[in-house]
Amino acid sequence: MSVQTLNISTSPHLTKGLSTETIMFHVVLAMLPMVFFAIYSFGFNAALVIFTAVVSCVLTEHVLCRISKKPTTIGDWSATITGILLGLTLPPIFPLWMTFLGGVIAIAMGKFLFGGLGYNAFNPALVGRAILQAAFPVAITTWYGAFQLDRFSTINASVLAFPFTEPIVDGTTGATPLSAFKFDGVTTDATDLAFGLVSGSAGETSAILIILGGLYLIRRGFMNWRIPMAILLTVFVFSGLLFWIDPVKYPSPLFMLLSGGLMLGAVFMATDMVASPITSLGVVIYGIIIGALVVVIRIWGGLPEGVMYAILLGNAISPHIDRLIRYRVYGTSKLQKS
Amino acid sequence: MIQEAVKSSSNSFIMLRAMVGIGVLCGFLIVVAYEGTLPRVQRLKAEALEAAIFNVIPGTTQTKTFNWDGESFTPAKAGDSPLVYAGFSDSGELAGVAIEASGQGYADIIRILYGYDPERQQIIGFYVLESKETPGLGDKIEKDQHFLDNFTAMDVSLTDAGEIANAIIPVKSGAKQHAWEVDGITGATISSRAIGNILAESTAEWIPRIFNHKSAFKQGNQ
Amino acid sequence: MSSGTNHTEAKSTDEFIKGLWKENPVFVQVLGMCPVLAVSNTAENALAMGLATAFVLLMSNTLVSLLRNFIPKEVRIASFILIIATFVTITDYAIQAISVDLHKSLGAFISLIVVNCLILSRAEAFASKNTLGKSILDALGMGLGFLFALFCLGAVREILGNGTFFGLALFPDTFQEWIVMILPAGGFFTLALWLLIFNLIKQRKEATA
Repeated sequence: MSVQTLNISTSPHLTKGLSTETIMFHVVLAMLPMVFFAIYSFGFNAALVIFTAVVSCVLTEHVLCRISKKPTTIGDWSATITGILLGLTLPPIFPLWMTFLGGVIAIAMGKFLFGGLGYNAFNPALVGRAILQAAFPVAITTWYGAFQLDRFSTINASVLAFPFTEPIVDGTTGATPLSAFKFDGVTTDATDLAFGLVSGSAGETSAILIILGGLYLIRRGFMNWRIPMAILLTVFVFSGLLFWIDPVKYPSPLFMLLSGGLMLGAVFMATDMVASPITSLGVVIYGIIIGALVVVIRIWGGLPEGVMYAILLGNAISPHIDRLIRYRVYGTSKLQKS
Repeated sequence: MIQEAVKSSSNSFIMLRAMVGIGVLCGFLIVVAYEGTLPRVQRLKAEALEAAIFNVIPGTTQTKTFNWDGESFTPAKAGDSPLVYAGFSDSGELAGVAIEASGQGYADIIRILYGYDPERQQIIGFYVLESKETPGLGDKIEKDQHFLDNFTAMDVSLTDAGEIANAIIPVKSGAKQHAWEVDGITGATISSRAIGNILAESTAEWIPRIFNHKSAFKQGNQ
Repeated sequence: MSSGTNHTEAKSTDEFIKGLWKENPVFVQVLGMCPVLAVSNTAENALAMGLATAFVLLMSNTLVSLLRNFIPKEVRIASFILIIATFVTITDYAIQAISVDLHKSLGAFISLIVVNCLILSRAEAFASKNTLGKSILDALGMGLGFLFALFCLGAVREILGNGTFFGLALFPDTFQEWIVMILPAGGFFTLALWLLIFNLIKQRKEATA
């Protein structure tokens, strides 16, 4: 019944032959350098976390398709992307059982409850991460220093925590640049941030690789460049203004741009095709709102990082942005909105 | 039956009768319940406050409430505020003074009670009266023994000018070096810092006041 | 009114049973969501809240049913609210007298029983039209149904969110608490989960019937 064989579409009927699979596959390609860098800087721990997230997402997607008696949709790579993104946003020594749970939540609650790919109101990976953050706030803020000497010889005890037990961290934990700033007023050198020589979530540390991946997708036309542009410009201008008012109290705009999950979020998460607006103007408004929220949460909020919540809020209002700015048919009045 | 009442021409009288009747009945029930539970409610509340005072001033067996009228401490009458609570040992010696303070935490306002010993010039106890901090995280400020140990002998001694020599400051977990620093809790950074800040603000206001008028508390017990 | 035949007696038990399952106030009617979501974070809170609501419901149904010929139609809602508010206030005092800590953890939600639509809906839809006996049975059934639902939520949330049940530790110390379950968001998740289970059972029943 739900198998759709009849394809109805509007003009133009000549297409470039782009399918969901092709686009999604290229997104995976664009993320691979970040995955490799995450493994390089955080070792086996990060590899296990990302791998588990991907397996969990793909498996959940397959099982849920089976239960709802639909053909499986794991071939379109979207579950893989969700898995990689989820893995990249988690701390490198996040326990595997929690990672697995996060993948199940991301696909089941973030995607399937809404009706599957194309209907998800929110970026599924962020839904998974948001719930993990609420459920396990200590584990998800236990960061690990980058480039530990034993990163390719040992696996941290925290990663292998037995399901449903508390992780025990061995080795050195490190504060992220943002929490170091929020709680101790220490800022980190911008070059360290750009090259990813700091601690943080597995995939958020190297700003340069994220930008390169984004440029690749924009060049190929698979990503709306206005979204990351609007977010990053807003953050830069807003935090630059604050920095100009009081350089002692507020961090420099460069630090704000390069630290935390902003780059990863702006390039790979806020650009989720389903959960962002469809009009060009709408997309810019969406980006400005997310950028402003990031600065507000980081500077005045209780948490050091706010990219995740900013994007989720942006996702929530994106259909309303489209509705607000849609063209009014000439000759009708505003009051006649149906 | 209800329909008949509607049809009746004198229905405003019926409405009035019904509302007044129910109002009187309900009022009576509430007064009975209030009067019936009041003594026990007051006793329980007093016991809870007393238990908190005993908690923050070790060695206390009796308490007395004082009011700050802007110039001196006098035994409190009903309706007074702000209040401080003096605790006395068995032999009638002043064991310490308990002070209430509050400030913004992570989730909501945190209300705390802390004990001050004017003789040793130290904070000698700490208790959370009310907090809505995240269960399992922020609420460690109530339970974490290492955190509570901060407040068994915290230095709040005064300079000659009558100000606190070293203001209380929150530090990172494990970084405590001086008796006036509050060692934070890993995973509850915001809540533990909030406590440090509440204490710093409250002690700056109250400690010099209490120290300079400590004789008032001793006399108060006679 | 009461002719006391077997026929009406058989119906009376129906009035009691329906609130527990077929017309369960939470899982079927989805009424009174505010306390259901807010104070079901531990089994103890859920039980206390359920009992308080059931008590108010029982008393208000009793009084409304007794006074149903005395209250004119035009002022019935005002009268019902007055009666409900009275018993909520009495409950509030009673809980304070039982335990200060319990009163603190239930907080404003005791006073908010007043706006629990379950209670007003039973007064309006049932007690104002039925005999005292039936109204009491209806209140008991609905009250227990509400209590049961709250307890279902509270138990799951406390076990996952705190690793305890009525304050007793269930797991070894190394258990990792799912803190989200005690937070308001966990209330929504758990409620959704129970609604899912209830609807599944209902569907199965209808399919086999």
